[in-house]
Amino acid sequence: MPRLSLQEVEYIAQLARLGLSDAEKELLCEQLSAILEYAATINQLDTDNVAPMTSALPLRNVMRADFPAPGLTPDEALRNAPAVQDGHFCVQAILE
Amino acid sequence: MTQTTELCDLSIHAALEQLRQGAISAVELTRAHLERIAALDGRLHAYITVTAEMALAQARQADERRARGEDAPLLGIPVAIKDVICTRDVRTTCGSRILENFVPPYDATAVRRLREAGAILLGKTNTDEFAMGSSTEHSAFFPTANPWDLERVPGGSSGGSAAAVAAGCAMGALGSDTGGSVRQPAALCGIVGLKPTYGRVSRYGLVAHGSSLDQIGVLTRDVRDAALLLRVIAGHDPRDATSLDAPVPDYVQGLGDATHLRGVKIGVPKEYFISGIEADVESAVREALRVMEEAGAQLVEISLPHTPYGIPIYYLIATAEASSNLARYDGVRYGLRVEDADMWQTFFRTRALGFGPEVKRRIMLGTYALSAGYYDAYYLKAQKARTLLRQDFERAFQQVEVLACPTTPDVAFRIGQKLDDPLQMYLSDVFTVSLNLVGMCGISVPCGFAKGLPVGLQLMGPPLGEDLLLRIAYAYQQRTDWHTHRPPLWTQVSAGG
Repeated sequence: MPRLSLQEVEYIAQLARLGLSDAEKELLCEQLSAILEYAATINQLDTDNVAPMTSALPLRNVMRADFPAPGLTPDEALRNAPAVQDGHFCVQAILE
Repeated sequence: MTQTTELCDLSIHAALEQLRQGAISAVELTRAHLERIAALDGRLHAYITVTAEMALAQARQADERRARGEDAPLLGIPVAIKDVICTRDVRTTCGSRILENFVPPYDATAVRRLREAGAILLGKTNTDEFAMGSSTEHSAFFPTANPWDLERVPGGSSGGSAAAVAAGCAMGALGSDTGGSVRQPAALCGIVGLKPTYGRVSRYGLVAHGSSLDQIGVLTRDVRDAALLLRVIAGHDPRDATSLDAPVPDYVQGLGDATHLRGVKIGVPKEYFISGIEADVESAVREALRVMEEAGAQLVEISLPHTPYGIPIYYLIATAEASSNLARYDGVRYGLRVEDADMWQTFFRTRALGFGPEVKRRIMLGTYALSAGYYDAYYLKAQKARTLLRQDFERAFQQVEVLACPTTPDVAFRIGQKLDDPLQMYLSDVFTVSLNLVGMCGISVPCGFAKGLPVGLQLMGPPLGEDLLLRIAYAYQQRTDWHTHRPPLWTQVSAGG
């Protein structure tokens, strides 16, 4: 498998909303390439008629009884927020 | 030995007996542990946060309850909690700058159950950032040292919990195990580490890493203590939709007192005795197999043919799940926010400064495996391969009751040795990741030494086979004394501190 390009690393970082320095990008090109090359060994396996395993449990759509129960108070929910205004999470403007 | 050292050497079950007899108090026991932490943790760095005052207040309450004639399964027992498990009003950092000041408004269910059982919380233990690592070196704050050799890692990611228990700085601890993070540090620190079946213990309040793999486990100095802790934290929780609605057996009573293993079929998977495993580790584990055979167990050679694919499957699935789980750290509702020109730039900058190198690497790897064009080749392929791996184990458990193998291919490595080579670090999980992928249970118990450092014997069991694992591990422990060995630093604590 070919080495990951700088453009690919930048594209993935965009998807992950992850800021990276130039040095980090360089290092990740190298390290991710090595890890992915190793990971590609699973291509040796014949999985044509194998269903994917998505969970270790045979569970489906677990529902609970529909009754009200106390949750966090607004103060508790906002306690760790970086910025709060009038009982809400406060963010920078997203519209001009 | 000072009295502090003696109190900190007690097993949980022995301490409970003395507490019930009134021979010691919860305050004495807690104070002894806090003194020992004060004396040793400057060298070990097992704790990120020590909650001394809260612990003493809880201990006083425990003594008052006892004075009123009350009892509870862990009343007065000081324990430690890995810092990826939420504790109400106590900072929970996940070993990360991004949550450095996060104070959860609620307890994880496992923590709530410990509190209700009367346990005392000494503090929060160090971990690789978001439990991503095998050495605790990826903590954003500091690495933890192995009590057996301060130049070496304690394993990870529950390295703080393992080091604290091995050094007598906690009677037991909670950890979390996504790919071996309870069993591997337990092995490298010479203690017992149990990873329950996926769903046996509620994940509510465990900060998510790989949601189809994560499970809270226990670290203790002997098998009976592991049974005691598991009995308290196991069970269904409506707050975790993936927790199993199955009755919890009395794991302690289930230990019995038999030291024989007559009629027990133990599978020995040949893929776990490969070249590359340290010779002295292999001979310690072979000797443990011989002890179990001598106790009446029948050893059966087994094949788990997809074992070599465990690491690649694991690092694709775990990182894919992690990249999705860690998307929540955006600097909006909790955690670090580093403001930039606009909201979009703030996301990038917050995550750039909040996450360390290993977390960034895994977010990148997981995002890649899930991205358009690569999803089928990596993530879906890994999920299919995961089915094959599970079929290996299902076939094996038709033939034998449990499997026995080394927990790790080598003893504790030197701090810094694998830090620059992530692939080498990942490979140190080769014997532990499969169990998480198949969702079954496992325990690591001390089984000897190699190069003067502890070696772990891993027993792996079928879904909800914890009672069986504990019973076999207990019989093994009854016939050996490895769990009674203490690291050299054990007695290096001067009187009164």
